[in-house]
Amino acid sequence: MSNATRDPPRPRILTSGDTALVVEFGSAIDRGVSALVLALTERLEGAALPGVTELVPTFRSLMVHYDPLVIAPADLAARLEAMAAGLDAVERPGRLWRLPACYDPAVAPDIDDVAAATGLTPDEIAACHSAETYHVYMLGYLPGFPYMGDTPEPLRLPRRTDPRVKVPGGSIAIATAMTAVYAIESPGGWNLIGRTPVRVWDLRRESPALLAAGDKVRFDPVPLAAFESLAARAAEGTLVITPEPAPGDAA
Amino acid sequence: MSDAADIVAASPDAPALQVVAPGPSTTLQDAGRIGHQRFGIPVSGAIDAVALAAANLLVGNPPDTAALEIAYLGPTLTIAAESVRLAYAGGAATIEVLDEDSATPPKKIPPLTSVRLRRGQSLRIGGLSGSVVGYLAVAGGFDAAPFLGSRSTHARGGLGGFAGRALRAGDVLPLVASAAPERDELTLPDLDLATPQRVRVVLGPQDDMFSEAGVETFLAATYTVTAATDRMGMRLDGPTIAHRDGFNIVSDGIAPGAIQVPGNGKPIVLLADRQTTGGYPKIATVISADLPGLGRLAPGATLGFERVDLDTAVAARRALATMMQGMAARLVPAGGGVDIEARLLAENLIGGVVDMHADHQA
Repeated sequence: MSNATRDPPRPRILTSGDTALVVEFGSAIDRGVSALVLALTERLEGAALPGVTELVPTFRSLMVHYDPLVIAPADLAARLEAMAAGLDAVERPGRLWRLPACYDPAVAPDIDDVAAATGLTPDEIAACHSAETYHVYMLGYLPGFPYMGDTPEPLRLPRRTDPRVKVPGGSIAIATAMTAVYAIESPGGWNLIGRTPVRVWDLRRESPALLAAGDKVRFDPVPLAAFESLAARAAEGTLVITPEPAPGDAA
Repeated sequence: MSDAADIVAASPDAPALQVVAPGPSTTLQDAGRIGHQRFGIPVSGAIDAVALAAANLLVGNPPDTAALEIAYLGPTLTIAAESVRLAYAGGAATIEVLDEDSATPPKKIPPLTSVRLRRGQSLRIGGLSGSVVGYLAVAGGFDAAPFLGSRSTHARGGLGGFAGRALRAGDVLPLVASAAPERDELTLPDLDLATPQRVRVVLGPQDDMFSEAGVETFLAATYTVTAATDRMGMRLDGPTIAHRDGFNIVSDGIAPGAIQVPGNGKPIVLLADRQTTGGYPKIATVISADLPGLGRLAPGATLGFERVDLDTAVAARRALATMMQGMAARLVPAGGGVDIEARLLAENLIGGVVDMHADHQA
């Protein structure tokens, strides 16, 4: 495939065995690339092509799982190429989730390290981090784990050199330009700067993952006492969070 | 979650299998959890779909019914139901029936053959050789609630199966059927569950991230399956595969059988419990028809990779699908004689399989 002209961007269609094709729009983490991935995902969901079994949008590409005995790989590739033409690289508003976020050092074990590395006070870190509206690029790594961006420039730090064996579920974590909420207790090497009481992964819900690629997330700072009270409700299953229409969303 | 729950029957009278000894890693698996990878939920499912289908067909189940996947060493299970029909397919193993009366010596039974056991009897499956995986199916299936459309266990995530984990001693596994009607037992002669020495791959999706010499090394070398292999990935040892420039990529999706090569240059073939996304380049992908065979390889086994084109891969998948659709027609009465009832049953099963396949394609 030739090097693409700039406008419109031409994706590369890559082969991954006989049951998956990759439609790749770029090689970096980029909001415009993400918009193209999500726009193609939506277009394919609407088309419901026979033989397509699963769509997995990621930072820079869409993986299309299929049954080659139902749709031949070359036919699917041609369909994907056609459907990827004329996509809009403009980000959609998406659902907006407002997640209570506690940046108190009691639940933010790395906030002092982040303060030392950035020259910001813990309060300034909280203010800076919670001022951004985050875009959910994709879910991966673990069930329900959202990769969100973009973390404000002053807070962009590498991963910890010494990853933790156990990161508590609900931890708000930063590394490079990414922000995440650890869905469940798990190993992890990101910098922990807060905690949300909201369960972004909850098996009691019909759809256990709260977030989906393309969603928007804001973190609303709450003091430790409020966090603990909300966390108790989350444990009971009575903390219900619903998304708001994002600014500019006609709905 | 995975530590909390005990596995128990709904009531003391409910039909069940009692786990006397669990085996090191025995999990409930079916065809996997399709359609949720975008939420980070791995597919899971049987490592060897051919053996799973065989075990199920022998007891009269649809081929994708959830069964116990056994790795390395089988469990010992006691029947807590009026009667249960079971069948094992997979790596060669000693299978014994133990009577409640411990004075009776254990009776050996053949693999790939159904057996009807009564309350109080136990089934003991020994160490597996040849293939490292095997499947124990029960007629009517296990009574486990599906999670997102599948009964497959993802132990790392604590999802699905029985309490999201491998079996433990003392677990009581609920069954759907309380009794198995008497019929002639069936066997499936000449089922090929061989372990391959070569596995076919299609290059990509990121073969351009490797030097020409790196791709040549990958295709020419012999690799050894390491002990660090599990349901998530088969870690291989052998000649180092050279990247072109760097080995970090921005995470993207992972197909079944994708072969990722991290910084140490040693390939990892990603299997049923693989993560949904990953940040290492993938030099090639094992073709779907060769995945069941690949999953049978034991630590210490050697294998090589053979490059094929996509048409060959699809043809191989079609051939495997045809073989699996024909499996029910190859069931024969275990006694060796011609048995009209068993033949009729086999024909019903064929009908069922064909219907199911038609549904799947619709």
